[in-house]
Amino acid sequence: MNTASQTLSVLVENKPGVLARISGLFARRGFNIDSLAVGETEDPAVSRMTIVVSVDNKPLEHVTKQLHKLINVLRIAELPHNASVERELALIKVGAGAGRRAEVLEMVEIFRAKVIDVDPESIVVEATGTPEKIEALLQLLSPFGIIEMARTGRVALGRGARGLRAGVLRPVPVQEAS
Amino acid sequence: MTTGAQALVRSLESVGCEVIFGIPGGAILPAYDPLLESSIRHILMRHEQGAGHAAEGYAHVTGKVGVCMATSGPGATNLVTPLADAFMDSVPVVAVTGQVPRAVIGNDAFQEADICGITLPITKHNYKVMDADEIPEVIAEAFHIASTGRPGPVLVDIPKDVLQSQTEFKWPSSINLPGYRPIVQPNARQIRGAARLINESRRPVLYVGGGVLKARAAEELLHLAEAIGAPVVTTLMARGAFPDNHPLCLGMPGMHGSYAAVTAMQRSDLLINVGARFDDRVTGNLQGFAPEAKIIHADIDPAEIGKNRAADVPIVGDARSVIVELSRAVVENMSVDGRPDLNAWHELVSSWSRDYPIAYRQEDDGPIKPQFVVDLFNQALKGEAVVVTGVGQHQMWASQIMSCNRPYSWVTSGGLGTMGFAVPAALGAKVGRPDERVVAIDGDGCFQMTAQELATATLNHTPFIVAILNNAYLGMVRQWQELFYDERYSEVHLPQEVPDYAKLAEAYGAVGLRATRPEEVETIIDKALGVDDRPCVIDFRVDSSEMCFPMVPAGASNDDIILGPSSPDEPDAGDADIRRTA
Repeated sequence: MNTASQTLSVLVENKPGVLARISGLFARRGFNIDSLAVGETEDPAVSRMTIVVSVDNKPLEHVTKQLHKLINVLRIAELPHNASVERELALIKVGAGAGRRAEVLEMVEIFRAKVIDVDPESIVVEATGTPEKIEALLQLLSPFGIIEMARTGRVALGRGARGLRAGVLRPVPVQEAS
Repeated sequence: MTTGAQALVRSLESVGCEVIFGIPGGAILPAYDPLLESSIRHILMRHEQGAGHAAEGYAHVTGKVGVCMATSGPGATNLVTPLADAFMDSVPVVAVTGQVPRAVIGNDAFQEADICGITLPITKHNYKVMDADEIPEVIAEAFHIASTGRPGPVLVDIPKDVLQSQTEFKWPSSINLPGYRPIVQPNARQIRGAARLINESRRPVLYVGGGVLKARAAEELLHLAEAIGAPVVTTLMARGAFPDNHPLCLGMPGMHGSYAAVTAMQRSDLLINVGARFDDRVTGNLQGFAPEAKIIHADIDPAEIGKNRAADVPIVGDARSVIVELSRAVVENMSVDGRPDLNAWHELVSSWSRDYPIAYRQEDDGPIKPQFVVDLFNQALKGEAVVVTGVGQHQMWASQIMSCNRPYSWVTSGGLGTMGFAVPAALGAKVGRPDERVVAIDGDGCFQMTAQELATATLNHTPFIVAILNNAYLGMVRQWQELFYDERYSEVHLPQEVPDYAKLAEAYGAVGLRATRPEEVETIIDKALGVDDRPCVIDFRVDSSEMCFPMVPAGASNDDIILGPSSPDEPDAGDADIRRTA
């Protein structure tokens, strides 16, 4: 993962096409997305997008201001690494024939990961943790031969009791025909 | 029960839409049937691009939302250019497009195009309506979004079978857009900070952008400018926001701006930017732009603040509220600290206006100079007209020479620079303000891109004048090839006599006139001003070699402004052919 990256937590209306609006905006304003994860929140009308964006060339403020302009974007929070918890889930299929299986299982144990599928030639490992932990596990597993892998991208929440909420909906009176 | 189409038309009526510019077609057919009974006027255009620009012209002069309508596929994609234009220039427009029936969306059906996907980056928002019950709500929201905050285009795409399905029409009493809350009222602390800078400044310049017109704040601006005593520059999008005949007005800044406007910004110690965006055509090379100036930047769009130039005092708010609050704070400070002495600054700035006016050289027996045509129009119209332009040299000459003394009397394509804007936008402007005289200053290249809308104008009795400055070239491109490509003219020649513009006008039922010599110009203008029942096109055969000055070359600093051959240091000295514009 890029060092010059920041994590945004974005609450959006849970409507079709919103993901395209957001990813398109990053692309056309010249920002690279390192990872993006979307899912429902405690309110089914609202989705949370956790976006890790690389900020090598431009201040993050430029893109958050543009994001705010999207009608379906409700709230945006920047989540500094030291004030938030971040997790990622990875499914890793490792080549592990009978001879090397024990070694792989040892790694899995150390990283408190789980084996979720086994067959004579391979096992599938489910690992959860910070992106750094996942990277470390991958490095250790790579000598065994990683056949394929799927990662969720990062999800994150701010620490402490405060939460990011969409806020109360305040309707605006409709304009009258003159 | 009604159909979705009837609900659409009733919604448009409910939101106050008076006129739709459009073209029917397969997928939008259901919507055209109830239009026959509607109070809404529909103007049948000849190309959807024309419909979009007409809606823009209408919106520019009325401040209301311009509405255009098109069918699916090519109808919708033809709206892309005007929507992008409206997006760049913050013009409130709502486009309604038909879409193929829901069941075949995504199947590459006949005349299918993903217009929501296509227009995502060039609309403020867009909707695909998949349920007829949503139509009233979506139309109410679309108009709300288009016309509030920083205005812009909104597209509403409705599948044919949604228009045909049954629904109950229920006009919503409120709009629920939790993610859309434009900040209108400026922060009081920022206003105080700005007022302090203003009272400390000895070389202030009010840098006024289109936001002032969008906020309908011209009157308030006049008050603020006079309270501060600051010279005012009005950007291409803000022409008319401050009267050109006011002693504080320096005209347009930027690449082809007046020497006084450009230089006043360069030497300023405080730029008070209201509703402008430090566009590259204004700033030139950003590093060299207004190096000594502190910046107050007020905009309703927070994303504009700090985008190109950092602001010392950022103010988010509606231009009118900002101007009113700022005036109050400035006047209050002055009542305590007295009025800053700006005399030295005023003298310096006036000397630039005096010594480097917009001027041109017209010989009695030479070819017609394009500026001469614009100048005589300006004298004949006396500011009593809405002026519309295309994009290029003619546009810059029009902006330099036409006196814009009233707001909403200037309609142009700025940010996107859309050639072909003038004819359909003039039509839209005339529809919006039928009591006004509308004059389009156009180029021969621009005119040929949308000339078909003359048919629309003739048939809908919307008379306006199109003055083509026919220099037989894509003139601005030619100018760049002359200056920056060693006079290697590549693909820029448009023969002066093809088409025969006067005959073309006649073919469309308009009046066609032509002037080829300087002494004819005045008479021809008089003649055109006498036509009031149909459009009138004048083919002014002008000097091909004339270039537009002053000019700041692209990427250069504004300090490197080129004055050009027609603006010598002492313009009146010994050369009877030099003419200064008013």
